Order: sequence, then C-alpha cells, then structure tokens
Amino acid sequence: MNWDVIAENLPLYAEGAKLTLLLAVVSLALSFVLAVPLAFLRNGRVPAVRYAVLGYTLVFRGTPLLVQLFLVYFGLAQFELIRASVFWPWLSSPMVCVLLTFVLNTTAYSTEIFAGGLRHIPVGEIEAARAYGMSRRAQAFRILIPGMLTRSLPLYGNEMIMMLHATALASTVTLLETTGVARRITLNYYIQFEPYVTAAAIYLTLTFVLVSGFQLIQRRWAGYLESRIG
Amino acid sequence: MTGMVAAFTATILAAGSTTLLLAVASLVVATILGMGAAFAKLSGNRLLRTIASAYTFVVRGIPDLVVMLLIYYSLPALLNQWIDAMGIDARVEFPPIVAGIATLGLIFGAYMTETFKTALQNIPKGQIEAAIAYGLTRRRMFVCIILPQLIRLALPGFTNNWLVLAKATALVSLIGLQDVMFRAKGAAEATGMPFTFYLIAAGFYLFVTVFSLILLALLARRFEIGLRELAP
Repeated sequence: MNWDVIAENLPLYAEGAKLTLLLAVVSLALSFVLAVPLAFLRNGRVPAVRYAVLGYTLVFRGTPLLVQLFLVYFGLAQFELIRASVFWPWLSSPMVCVLLTFVLNTTAYSTEIFAGGLRHIPVGEIEAARAYGMSRRAQAFRILIPGMLTRSLPLYGNEMIMMLHATALASTVTLLETTGVARRITLNYYIQFEPYVTAAAIYLTLTFVLVSGFQLIQRRWAGYLESRIG
Repeated sequence: MTGMVAAFTATILAAGSTTLLLAVASLVVATILGMGAAFAKLSGNRLLRTIASAYTFVVRGIPDLVVMLLIYYSLPALLNQWIDAMGIDARVEFPPIVAGIATLGLIFGAYMTETFKTALQNIPKGQIEAAIAYGLTRRRMFVCIILPQLIRLALPGFTNNWLVLAKATALVSLIGLQDVMFRAKGAAEATGMPFTFYLIAAGFYLFVTVFSLILLALLARRFEIGLRELAP
C-alpha cells in the first residue's frame, strides 16, 4: 500500500476539495437566483412563457451533463463568430465553461423543483393573503416564496447533493478539483487504488456534512409542514 | 461535407444500441439490488439492516464518476496486489462494459433501494393483514398483494431513476466504452466540428428521455386503473 504518497499530497487534496466546494457553492448560488423567478414564470399566466421555460428545463434535464459540458467547452470553438468575439477569452477558460454549464444545468432542475413547490401551496393561503389586502409583491415575498421554498426543501436538498457530485465532471476538462487531483496522482505515481479511495472519502465527508446541515435547516424552517401531517 | 456529417452521424447513432444495452442491463442489476436491499432495510435482522444502510449511504455519498473510477481502476489494482502477494502470476482487468454495468447497477441500486423501501412502507398494513387472514402463502401474498401495489407506488421514483440512469451512461465513454458519447467525441475530434456532433449526441439522449416519459406515463395509467375505480 502507498498511503505515504497520499499523505505527501494532502495539501493538493485540500486545494482540490476547496475547488470542489467553490464550484458547487457558486453554481448553486447563481442558479438559486435564476430558478426562483423562473419557477414563477413556469406557473405564469402567459402560455408562451410557460412553454419556453418548460422547453429549457426539458432540454437541460433530458441530456447528460457531460454532453452539455463538452458542447460548451469543446463545441463553442467550432464557430468563428464566437472565437472572434470579445467573450472568447472567457469562453475558452475551463473554469468559466464549467460554471456556465453547471449553472444552466442545475437551474433547470431547481426551476422544476421550485415550480412544483409553488403548485403545492394551498389555495387558501393565497386567498387569505388577498383578503388581508396584501399587494402582489407582499404576497410573493411573504407567502409564495417562503411557502414554495419550504415545500421544496427535501427535493432541493437532493439537488444540492447532486450538484456537489456533478462537480467531479469538471476533472474531464482539466480542472484540478478533488477528482482531478486523484487522477493526476494516479498518473504521476502509477498507483490506482489509494488516490480514488481518498477522493471518495472526501466526497463522502462533504456529503455527510451537507446532509446533516440540511436536516437541521429542514427541522427549523419546514417543521411546520411536518406537524400538520401528524 | 454533408456526406461526412451524415456518415459520422450514422456511426454515432449506431452506438445507440450499446448505450441502451448498458442502460437496460444496469437497470436490471439496479432493480434486483434495490429490491434486495429494500427488504433488507425493512427486515428484522439487524446485520442485514446495517449492511443495506451502509451500502446506500456510501454509494449515494460518492459521485458516479468516482464510483466508476474506483470499480474500473482501483478494484482491479487491489485484486492484483492480493494476487501478487499470493504469488500467482495473473492479472485481473475488467472490460469497460462490465465495469459500466457494475458501476451503474451499484449506484442506481442504492437509489432504487430508497424508492422500493418507501413504496413498501406505503402499502397499507390492512392489505397484508387481510392476506394473512385469507391464509395466503408468503409467495402468493408477494405476487398477488404486495407486488401490484409496489409497482404502482414505486413507478414515479422508478421512472425518475431510469431517466437519470439513461443519462449517466454517458460517463462510461470516459473509460473507453464505445457508446454514443464516445463516438461523438471521436467524430468531433476527426472533423473539427465538436458542436455539431455533441449536439447530435444530446439529441439522442433527449429522444430517449422523451420516449421513456411517454411510455412510462402510459404504464402509470395502466397500474392506476384499480386506484381510480376506488376513488370517490
């Protein structure tokens, strides 16, 4: 066994884990901001807008993330127009491509999750808000958004874990996050066992922390939904 | 130009059979594993419960890609170390298709476990008590009472797992299995038209997704027949 190689390279793993977290947190934060309004549009009154959002979520949920990533990272270079544009320095960077793809992908899933939560708010709550004379803005911020988010919590928690795990794909376009670090060590030292086991242990730990944190949040913010069932 | 694109498109789509074979074989493995682990989790035996819980916890806590690398690279490396230590002159290596089926079967088995477990828990207790009261054997109780309700209750989760599984097969291109994604990458590199060919691959997966959604919606209607008649 070559665990001393792993011990020597622990700083590299720490860097990798940091990048993994960074990718997950930035993707989730940006997609949250996009998904909340999109969820409203998905349930909105204008059919054209509703179907446009559905089309977007269907395409991004219906194709593998790996294909989407390769389309953005390798695919965009096919077009002379894009390569000549001012965006090219950004669009040729793996970091920007990865974040762009991750945000587009997880926004599609989050939008559907939130839209489902919105549909499950009892009509009575909205009628009560109207009876109290709340403005549409107040209705959205006091009733609809909190109700939607708390109802979406279990599914959104899953989506967050999926996103954390999806960051491993960033290693396929040269980024040195946790999986990328493991791959590099297997190539540098010709060992196949220890590097991947270490990466797996890091992901397992991160997932465990995320799940535990989520259970706390759920008890604190969505507890009111539980007691009603019982 | 168009002739070349058409020829490469044909090779990509021809690999669709590999992708589908991989997906269906993994689904079968996952369903068997999931069913076994679901019953283990609900059984009275503490050891079985612990093993099943450890399995779902570990597998669902690690990214698909890392599980695949573990099975394709790490597991043979470990086995070879043992074989060397025993002084036998042999090497273990898995073909990509076997590693792919094992990986996806193992991962989605864990997701299926949760789906089946929840479905089993949601079968009303009275149904099983009635079956016992009628003196049904365990086998008949499973086939006639539990299974039909299990299928109906588990179908939404099962559908969802299948859709995620079909897309996850794309990962296996990274260990060299010649699936749709692998051929698309080959075509992209040979022609310098990556966008075109990855888009064709994306179209294939989207078609599989939409087709499955329609098929499973029809299936769901079939299994809800009894339920709708009973509803007030």
